[in-house]
Amino acid sequence: MSSAAAIAVEQPESFAFSPENRARAERIVAKYPPGRQASAVLPLLDLAQRQSDNWLPRAAMDHVAEFLSMPRIRVYEVATFYTMFNKTPVGKHFVQICTTTPCWLRGSADLVHACERKLGISMGETTPDNQFTVIEAECLGACVNAPMVQIGDHYYEDLDGPGMEALLDALARGEVPAPGSQIGRSTSCSVKGPTTLLHVPKRQASEPEAAPAAEPDLATAAADDAAATVDAGAGVETAGADIGTETADSGESGSPKTKPRSRARAKSKTDAGTAD
Amino acid sequence: MPKLTIDGMPIEVEPGTSVLQACEMLGVEVPRFCYHDRLSVAANCRMCLVEMEKAPKPVASCAMPCSEGMVIKTNSPLARNARRGVMEFLLINHPLDCPICDQGGECDLQDQAMAYGFDRGRYGETKRAVKDKELGPLIKTVMTRCIHCTRCIRFAEEIAGVPELGATGRGEHMEVGTYIEQAITSELSGNLVDVCPVGALTSKPYAFSARPWELRKAESIDVLDAVGSNIRIDLRGGEVLRVLPRLNDDVNEEWISDKTRYACDGLKRQRLDRPFIRRDGKLKPASWNEAFAAIAARLKGVPGERIAALAGDLCDAEAMVALKDLMAGLGSPNLDCRQDGAAFDTSCRAGYLFNSTIAGIEKADVILLVGTDPRHEAPLVNARIRKRYRRGGLQVGVIGPGVDLTYPTTYLGAGPPTLQEIAEGRHDFAAKLKAAKHPLLILGAGALARPDGLAVQAAARLVAESCGLIRDGWNGYNVLQLAAARVGGLDLGFLPGTDGRGTRGILDGAGKGEIEVVFLLGADEIDASRLGQAFVIYQGHHGDRGAHRADVVLPGAAYTEKNGTYVNTEGRPQQGRRANFPPGEAREDWTILRALSEVLGCKLPYDSLAQIRQRLVDANPVFAHTDAVIAAAWGSFGQPGSLDGPPFKSPIENFYMTDPISRASVTMAQCAEAFVSPATGKTGTHG
Repeated sequence: MSSAAAIAVEQPESFAFSPENRARAERIVAKYPPGRQASAVLPLLDLAQRQSDNWLPRAAMDHVAEFLSMPRIRVYEVATFYTMFNKTPVGKHFVQICTTTPCWLRGSADLVHACERKLGISMGETTPDNQFTVIEAECLGACVNAPMVQIGDHYYEDLDGPGMEALLDALARGEVPAPGSQIGRSTSCSVKGPTTLLHVPKRQASEPEAAPAAEPDLATAAADDAAATVDAGAGVETAGADIGTETADSGESGSPKTKPRSRARAKSKTDAGTAD
Repeated sequence: MPKLTIDGMPIEVEPGTSVLQACEMLGVEVPRFCYHDRLSVAANCRMCLVEMEKAPKPVASCAMPCSEGMVIKTNSPLARNARRGVMEFLLINHPLDCPICDQGGECDLQDQAMAYGFDRGRYGETKRAVKDKELGPLIKTVMTRCIHCTRCIRFAEEIAGVPELGATGRGEHMEVGTYIEQAITSELSGNLVDVCPVGALTSKPYAFSARPWELRKAESIDVLDAVGSNIRIDLRGGEVLRVLPRLNDDVNEEWISDKTRYACDGLKRQRLDRPFIRRDGKLKPASWNEAFAAIAARLKGVPGERIAALAGDLCDAEAMVALKDLMAGLGSPNLDCRQDGAAFDTSCRAGYLFNSTIAGIEKADVILLVGTDPRHEAPLVNARIRKRYRRGGLQVGVIGPGVDLTYPTTYLGAGPPTLQEIAEGRHDFAAKLKAAKHPLLILGAGALARPDGLAVQAAARLVAESCGLIRDGWNGYNVLQLAAARVGGLDLGFLPGTDGRGTRGILDGAGKGEIEVVFLLGADEIDASRLGQAFVIYQGHHGDRGAHRADVVLPGAAYTEKNGTYVNTEGRPQQGRRANFPPGEAREDWTILRALSEVLGCKLPYDSLAQIRQRLVDANPVFAHTDAVIAAAWGSFGQPGSLDGPPFKSPIENFYMTDPISRASVTMAQCAEAFVSPATGKTGTHG
């Protein structure tokens, strides 16, 4: 996105944090030492983007600048540096298709074609009804379950052309498809289940108690992890989870409040099921 | 202190010195783009790579501090090849449009490509192109040429104090600009052109005017404010094409204000190129002899006390001393060089000087600004204060207009009563001044050009004395003058003689008919309508307010056209050198007065520049010490009085139009329209 294109967009006149977001922003700023409030610029921009339909109008950047007593240009620099900040309006469902090599090798081109066919738009465009924006994204870090897309805050993995179309249909119907692998894979495990370390040798009597004892059941472990994450997300705001967890409930995607950190790697049918 | 070896030469440097600085000390040239002495280190251009023994790869010398036992090779094959690689990458996206680029001939990239470039490119892809930015009437941008050194960003943030420039986007899409289209709102923005190492930022008014090798260069002194910035005038033929700063760490470092730089086009417009005499209410061209004869005829039989002279803001000391001697010859005690009507006490030289010196600001830890807006009155003084502020631990208190000075200030009050409180020690700020190591007070010229100027001056003196601004080796009492001619005039005693009239008295007298003849030496800032029926002789270089009212106009020389001495606000006499000749029949000012004196029968006793310079030294020995500041002895001055006058306000409403030269400048008019608020910038012709 060139700055010229971002400038050309029709911009709202003003922006101000909602009272809840303002309180949140103040809590975020309070994490940094006095005089270092500019460190909070990224979480605050994220907050502002979530408040204004998943894009950052200039007024929102100006508001953040004022909130943090920063020169405006310093905020523009940050906002334009990170591709996760949208400087132009996007549709309700913001679909980012990973087209970097692993996903491409596993068929991301099919996903692109599926979107283009289904929605009648090319990459980087928004449907006339403002429901979908589709862009190509660089590696989103879920290569094990390639190909994948990110829609809003959620990762949908192990897709193919028809699966992508089904996903878009579901979104169009107003449903929230379960994130994670779409073929039932547990996290990034092998599709056919564990292939190695299938036999756990019996512990010798002479060995100390501290040696690994538990069954290395990966699926269970992942479920435990996910459950922990869910607890954090559903419960109190924790210090480390301000961007993802804390603000997830301010998103208007209609996702249940108990969704785990969407970009966390522990994404699987299991955890989605637990969350629901 | 670390000792290191650079190219086989041993050197010992202060801790914290960078390798690049050490190389410079040894005279070893290291190419660079992003590094600039007066800006923070960015180390992003990678052009200054050098080989360091025991380091696995070349290091950026600008960001590498010297340490004990380092062995640096600046010209090894490794270093040279590294720089060649950097240059090749820089040129990948640089358009090779040198033939149509204004920087051609004085471009760092061009010069360094001669040393590290290759004669063909290996890059076959398309180059990127970047949309040009609109940065206002002074700076032309061709952003495709930008090599992302970020000097302009750092200059705007650090020196100018207007963080409006930045690098938006990332990687291939990174662009230097303001993001939102806006002009750079700084009085120092022209320096961006100088810091840009390539042709991305160039001077808009100078665009496509000349190549550097066509220009003749003359070193001179700026007269458009009282800082006395050292400048270089570039000319082709007799035409002044541009003004650039000259290095002087004591005065302007290496910056100049936009007015200094860009008002030079005013030297070509509205010029007085021949004498004029008013006949039938209209100024008609005349010869020098006719003009002198008309003056002689009018002055015949007029007693000295009915004659008066006012010197303007841009006058050189030579012309003022000649006029002063001429007035003495005519027996007139009525002369004043303070056309703003200020009537402050001039008995003590320290009372009207910037005593701490401009460089001395860097020592200050508490500064009290009284009735001054240094950002517009002397942008380079303001830049010094900002420089000091950036080092940390500076407190600035303001009495007067609460304007944005680019650094945080504490607003203490609007007018003289607050000053009185500080002087009497009743204000918190007095304690801060007392506790400071190097307290500083800057008194604006506007605060003295008021009816209660004498009392303000006395109160400021009281602050200086009671709060410890005057101590051994430190004098923190400063007056920030506005006009280049002012201190010179005061030092020469271009002031009312015994029973003489000052500016106010002269104007009142002229209005009442008690003054019959008024000689205006470049005095354009007076209210000419108050001159009544007086016979007005105007000597100057522009057809401005003074010339419009004049009965006889004597065409003089502008500052680029004469060898003139100017004393800046610190009391530093500096000599400007003639760069070109005055237009038409116009002459150097002191020679006009010398010729006129002969016609008037009181011939001045000097015939050469050397002789009149000797006369300056006789009049005041400070003129013998060119470029030096002779500390003025402290004394008693001012006259305590009532201090309940109105709030202070800056005498400068429009920074871009303060004198006949800048008023004649098209560029300054564009700036006024772009930057000054519509209330003051718009004229009657704006509908």
